[in-house]
Amino acid sequence: MTLLLDGVRQALGLLVEGDGEIWSILWLSLEVSGSATLISLLIGIPAGTALALTRFPGRGLVVSAVNSGMGLPPVVVGLFVTIVLWRSGPLGSLEILYTPAAIVVAQAVIASPIVTGITLAAVQQVPREFRLQLLALGASRVQMVWTVLREARLPMLAAVMAGFGGVISEIGASMMVGGNIKGQTRTLTTAMVLETSKGDFDVAIALSLLLLALVFLVNWALTSIQQRRAG
Amino acid sequence: MLGYLLIAALVVSLAPPAGAQSSVVILSTTTSTQDSGLLDVLVPIFERRTSYTVKTISVGTGQALALAARGEADVTLCHAPSLETQYLADGRMTNRRLVMYNDFVIVGPEADPARIAGERSVVAALRRIAGAGARFVSRGDKSGTHALELALWKQAGVVPAAPWYIESGQGMGATLGLADDRRAYTLTDRATRLAFGKRVALRIMVEGDRVLRNIYSVMEVNPANGPRVNTAGGKAFADFMVSPEVQQIIRTFGVDRYGQPLFVPIAGKREGDVTS
Repeated sequence: MTLLLDGVRQALGLLVEGDGEIWSILWLSLEVSGSATLISLLIGIPAGTALALTRFPGRGLVVSAVNSGMGLPPVVVGLFVTIVLWRSGPLGSLEILYTPAAIVVAQAVIASPIVTGITLAAVQQVPREFRLQLLALGASRVQMVWTVLREARLPMLAAVMAGFGGVISEIGASMMVGGNIKGQTRTLTTAMVLETSKGDFDVAIALSLLLLALVFLVNWALTSIQQRRAG
Repeated sequence: MLGYLLIAALVVSLAPPAGAQSSVVILSTTTSTQDSGLLDVLVPIFERRTSYTVKTISVGTGQALALAARGEADVTLCHAPSLETQYLADGRMTNRRLVMYNDFVIVGPEADPARIAGERSVVAALRRIAGAGARFVSRGDKSGTHALELALWKQAGVVPAAPWYIESGQGMGATLGLADDRRAYTLTDRATRLAFGKRVALRIMVEGDRVLRNIYSVMEVNPANGPRVNTAGGKAFADFMVSPEVQQIIRTFGVDRYGQPLFVPIAGKREGDVTS
């Protein structure tokens, strides 16, 4: 119990004293996971919408694949992204392994199915009659899709939260493709594993409190937007 | 909101620092060097001296060498002499040079069920642990520590097996925690034991046997191992590690935190002088 209290005290101390390393780790985590979430939105929203509004042979299989992808193990993604980005791998010439860009790539792969799956469900719950009515009223197909997306925007904010929550707390992929390099690719979660393995449990606790606070703040911001629009 | 996010993300540059590829040196090393904090001291000095940026990849010794053998790293700092000499013989690694050593100890529970406290010979101690069927936790992760442990069991003529032999598959810190919890013996490097001194009640049972010396050396990567190996950068880092200046830093590293140095510098010595 004293260990936990020490951790809380240390977390506050680290922030108040302006430990530069902690701030840069916090910022990097936010930057990397924010970018990855953004990329996953750019991929997942169009893909989910298209899947929701179209019918084609094999669609059931694709939807099942997306839904399975929502539980994609980060460590599996990490392994494959590492192999692809290796110097000897197909994208080795990019030389981005062990950089933040590599973590963004891996996290985007993890978050995209989550965003796609939730978008798919959100768009599908807009009644079919509503869409038909829009078209009957003379809306173009683009206008119809836009209006449906506006209708589904509240559940789609849940997609943003789930995607971001999934990648900011992810460790396996960040560790493998980032390498946990001090000052370069050390994120909150990889720093936590390192501090734990060093036996510096109080620092690890401080970091985990920061991570929880960060996740809470981001979700609080998104939720307040969601609930304001809902009310 | 989304617009702001988009702009923020676009403004922020995530690209790796600009510069030619040859300015990056990938060092594959073991978790123990990272956990001790030594590299956090040495790497910035190297980066200031040269124009290189070092990417330190800390993994188990097995993986560190495997990565280098694939040309995914430029230089290695490892502590598994038997494995290292294999890689040298294969020609995949070159120019092995000793850097430093620290030592391993056998730790165990206060009750000492196998009665090994104060035993001088580690091999004899292991025989007694096996004979008593006392619990022993192994790293089981192909790390340098694991390699040494397996070599010691072999010397003791024992094939360790369940139920008394437990494989953790984790790093040294987690393994110490497990051994503490199960009241078991384990083989650990002294530095990790010191770092975990507050949390782990295990006592040092066997120490000082020369075979427990844990020798770290640098090796350079054969450029034929893969595309884009930074041979010059790897050599520069290896040279740096055996330089008098770094050897002096190693000599005193850890004194401020633990009251004793964690490593003994041995650059330029021969392996035989260190182990016997």
